Amino acid sequence: MSNYLQIEKSGMVFETKKGPFTALKNIDLEIKQGEFVALIGHSGCGKSTLLNMIAGLLIPTSGAMILAGREISGPGPDRGVVFQNHSLLPWLTCFDNVYLAVERVFAESESKPQLKARTEAAIEMVGLGHAAHKFPHEISGGMKQRVGIARALSMQPKLLLMDEPFGALDALTRAHLQDELTRIVAPSAASPGSTVVMVTHDVDEAVLLSDRVVMMTNGPEATIGEILTIDLPRPRERLALANHPRYMALRAQVLQFLYQKQMKVAA
Amino acid sequence: MSAVNLVPEMLKDIVPPATSPAAANESTAAIPEASSVRSGARGPRRPGAVADDDGTPLYKRSRAPEWLIRVFAMMCGLALFIAAWAVLAKVGGRLPGPGSTWLSAVELFSDPFYRKGPNDQGIGWNILNSLGRVGIGFGAAALIGIPAGFLLGRFRFLSDMAAPIVSLLRPVSPLAWLPIGLLVFKAANPAAIYVIFISSIWPMIINTAVGVRQIPQDYMNVAKVLKLSEWKVFTKILFPAVLPYMMTGVRLSIGVAWLVIVAAEMLTGGVGIGFWVWDEWNNLNVQHIIIAIFTVGIVGLLLEQLLILVARRFSYE
Repeated sequence: MSNYLQIEKSGMVFETKKGPFTALKNIDLEIKQGEFVALIGHSGCGKSTLLNMIAGLLIPTSGAMILAGREISGPGPDRGVVFQNHSLLPWLTCFDNVYLAVERVFAESESKPQLKARTEAAIEMVGLGHAAHKFPHEISGGMKQRVGIARALSMQPKLLLMDEPFGALDALTRAHLQDELTRIVAPSAASPGSTVVMVTHDVDEAVLLSDRVVMMTNGPEATIGEILTIDLPRPRERLALANHPRYMALRAQVLQFLYQKQMKVAA
Repeated sequence: MSAVNLVPEMLKDIVPPATSPAAANESTAAIPEASSVRSGARGPRRPGAVADDDGTPLYKRSRAPEWLIRVFAMMCGLALFIAAWAVLAKVGGRLPGPGSTWLSAVELFSDPFYRKGPNDQGIGWNILNSLGRVGIGFGAAALIGIPAGFLLGRFRFLSDMAAPIVSLLRPVSPLAWLPIGLLVFKAANPAAIYVIFISSIWPMIINTAVGVRQIPQDYMNVAKVLKLSEWKVFTKILFPAVLPYMMTGVRLSIGVAWLVIVAAEMLTGGVGIGFWVWDEWNNLNVQHIIIAIFTVGIVGLLLEQLLILVARRFSYE
């Protein structure tokens, strides 16, 4: 399939009190439809900045970003964003949080019952049917993040952007949600599969979930260091992969990049 | 740059209550004890909790319920206060003691709604008249102050524009506005209402503006990535997020309004608790002045508690 998201020579320069600060420089990346791409790098390397640029929350100061043939000029509901801290509105129930997004995208073309059905389907998809009418403070961190994913996917976005979505969760919950995410974004009879860009600093997460791992160099003037294609067959089984030689080799390559080539001097 | 800093500067003395609406609600609480943390009624109930309690019955029985201790402490405080008052009255001689004041209060409140001419009406009428002025002045202040606060919070330029005016006028004693009110309205009653208006508007403007500015960027990012309409942003994000701050502003405002009304009425006259105090001073009826002080205090307390209830109703945590 052709390039779906095309990032060409994009850079980001922030104006600070100490003068211009070049966070990102010369980012070239092409992502195909249905592809799952992980952005990995040390903290401060600008991977979240890059994600925010794709989301349209930041506009690149140089270069261009083209999604499905149109230049990204600002945020929009064609890109679903899952934030690290879930960002649910605390005064709305899980249902209403998702409904807000569904309504925004489909209210013009669909009736209220249809919108409600869509919302319910999205919440059901992340396994939270029983908690739909609870408020965010009544559910666990993992459940909140599921609602965040449901909200992003309910809009049927062209692109799913995730900023360290499981970073704040404990290891067991994280593993569980990673498996769920794999299931949800996988191609099926009903959908061609979601195109996902995910920021992470978890090497296992990156290798387990993605088709390609984009490794970024340290900032300032961070850019893409290497791109590793993860050629492990799908569906991937966490337990089976644990001792898989290819998995180990890929994992070692990412680790080598992060801890040898891009050694962070001071944390 | 200095203009930008003006607003946060002048907010300093009002912001602490504003930033912790929840903490303000606890103002009636006594000194927090370790037990209040442990036995937090709203905390998650562990399934094993019952067994634990059964396991340590002696420990549990040796402690009185927390609320009982608090009520007891409050009673102690009140008793001490009344005792000190009684001693002071005995020693000083001119101050009426608690006993005679109580008798006078019983007499006064047995017929709160009599009318014997414009300057001699029951205490009920006086309170209601004062509350009416506060209601109108405060209501108008809310109608203007809250939307103004939203605008100042949302638009930096407007906030910078307003900063010098607000910081200049806010510290002015409310009564300094009275002559202006008298000049403009040419009548005492509207002037008093106007004083209430101008003195109670600031906390609402400032707290609402702070609330708007304190909205977590996360929520605004949600609005941005969904590209919500301005109306949706306001109803689904801005308003609910600002509500706790706004309610704190409202609570501070009504406190100020109720403080100011007594002083304003002393100057403007008419039927009202403030004028009544002054009238009773002229009659040298000191019992009534003390009763008025308590009445003002109790009404103020009730107003505050009422608004805390309202605020709790709108709290989403």
